[in-house]
Amino acid sequence: MTFTPDQAARVAALARLRLPEDKLEHLAAQMGDILSYMDTLTACDTQGVEPLYGPVEHDTPLRMDVAVKTFQRADILSQAPESDGTFFVVPKIVAG
Amino acid sequence: MSITDLTLDELRHRLAARDITAVQATEACLERIQATEPTVDALLSLQAEQALETAAALDRQGPDPAKALWGVPMAVKDALCTKGVPTTCASKILENFTPFYDATSVERLKAHGAVILGKANMDEFAMGSSTENSAFKPTRNPWNPFKVPGGSSGGSGATVAARQCFAALGTDTGGSIRLPASFCGVTGIKPTYGRVSRYGLVAYGSSLDQIGPLARTPLDCAIVLQAMAGHDPKDSTCAPRPVPDFAAETKARKDLAGLRIGMPEEYWGEGLTPEVRKACDDAMDAARSLGATLVPVKLPHTRYAIATYYIVAMAEASSNLARFDGVRYGYRHPGAKDLKDLYELSRSHGFGEEVQRRIVLGTYVLSAGYYDAYYRKAAQVRRLIRQDFLDAFAHCDVIAGPTSPFTAFGLGEKTGDPLQMYLADIFTISLNLSGLPGLSLPVGLGEDSALPVGLQLFGKAWEEGTILGAANALYGAVGDVGTPAGVA
Repeated sequence: MTFTPDQAARVAALARLRLPEDKLEHLAAQMGDILSYMDTLTACDTQGVEPLYGPVEHDTPLRMDVAVKTFQRADILSQAPESDGTFFVVPKIVAG
Repeated sequence: MSITDLTLDELRHRLAARDITAVQATEACLERIQATEPTVDALLSLQAEQALETAAALDRQGPDPAKALWGVPMAVKDALCTKGVPTTCASKILENFTPFYDATSVERLKAHGAVILGKANMDEFAMGSSTENSAFKPTRNPWNPFKVPGGSSGGSGATVAARQCFAALGTDTGGSIRLPASFCGVTGIKPTYGRVSRYGLVAYGSSLDQIGPLARTPLDCAIVLQAMAGHDPKDSTCAPRPVPDFAAETKARKDLAGLRIGMPEEYWGEGLTPEVRKACDDAMDAARSLGATLVPVKLPHTRYAIATYYIVAMAEASSNLARFDGVRYGYRHPGAKDLKDLYELSRSHGFGEEVQRRIVLGTYVLSAGYYDAYYRKAAQVRRLIRQDFLDAFAHCDVIAGPTSPFTAFGLGEKTGDPLQMYLADIFTISLNLSGLPGLSLPVGLGEDSALPVGLQLFGKAWEEGTILGAANALYGAVGDVGTPAGVA
């Protein structure tokens, strides 16, 4: 399977990754190889087979719909790269 | 005999009898770490002072028979959150992350009196089969420092093999406990999906990840597994079912009389190196002499397992790793001008090459127009792979096969070719897709490489006790592989 550097750049952008030109070519070649290998699945007859998305064998246990304060705000904000003590701080997202 | 040469179970008895104090056990491990860590690089962080404080506090309280791991020094894979201790997942993006809570598995080990020594190295975000993808350093195999320890829980395998601790927690998404156990000559078990809470585990492939122990013997693994297994309301995929007495089940098995062991032709055919075949064949001869009946079984969809696994794992990884955006925790690139810039720069500089590759592949297989061809198709094949096991288990109690077609490969040997690295997981990944339990037991050293060979035992869902017991009987017949030559 052929995978072009442009395709790789487009998918990377969807994943919020910005890759330099020299890496895109290499990545595209590797993706081509890997996706060709993935294409071996086309030989497997899956007509009428229900997809299995996870191996959980039990019903999901339900809990009471009650809000509980699990963590303190200060603990959560302590992990942030930048906060004002009340909120996470991010670069401006609205122009003007 | 040094304290660190004891098995975990032997240590427990000596601690309970007060022949050894928790502080002495901890000090012995710290000395061993000092002597061997320059060779193996198994740990990303060492909490020596905290460990000694914990051990001293335990000694003051005295041994507690209700605490299965009282005074036992252990290590924890750096993918598991540890309160007040850095949890990096071997990634630059989490280099400065110090959780304010423990993963449930860690919390339970501590409640059982374990002494946590440090955090074990791994492939970044558990993506890899060699522990060369760590952003900080590669770990080396204690049997031969020019060889890899296997991945992604290579630090956990190496730290146990090097006798730095008595057990370590690993995580297994596609074989990441069993492969390092095999390469490092220790025992490792991936429990049934849902047996152990994943709360506090940095997620890679949520429908595949399970936490499990690596230790010297099957009995040691049983003791650790029992301590941390069981329902956790914080993880909706964790099963609300009772935990059997794994240690008792394991000890009870002295032979294999009446046990039917399935031998899948897909695992015992071509592709095995002669030394792996010889060691595994010898182990199966031992099983037969212990009373087991070997029966042929078929797992016909095994040939699709790697493609299926990597589509599912990469899709889930691309989704799970979307949370690393430079806003709430982890690395933030200082040069971002707007929010999109912040995401892109933080992720591009924070994630390593293999992680980026998997995110891109995962994004592609989930993207509009390709979802049905890749992700949905893989989910369908996943059901067929699982059905193979269910059909096989109609004819046998456990299934046996080599953990890996080869012994530990050389550092750098496969890093340039990701597809070759993915193929290393050929015998381990079907089990994760199926959610079943599996264990790797060392069954000898390869005749050519003098490196450990692992044999896998697969079990039915929730029957960890059966494979632990069978492994214990085999361990008794095959014997211990001994102290690694590279750090003897």
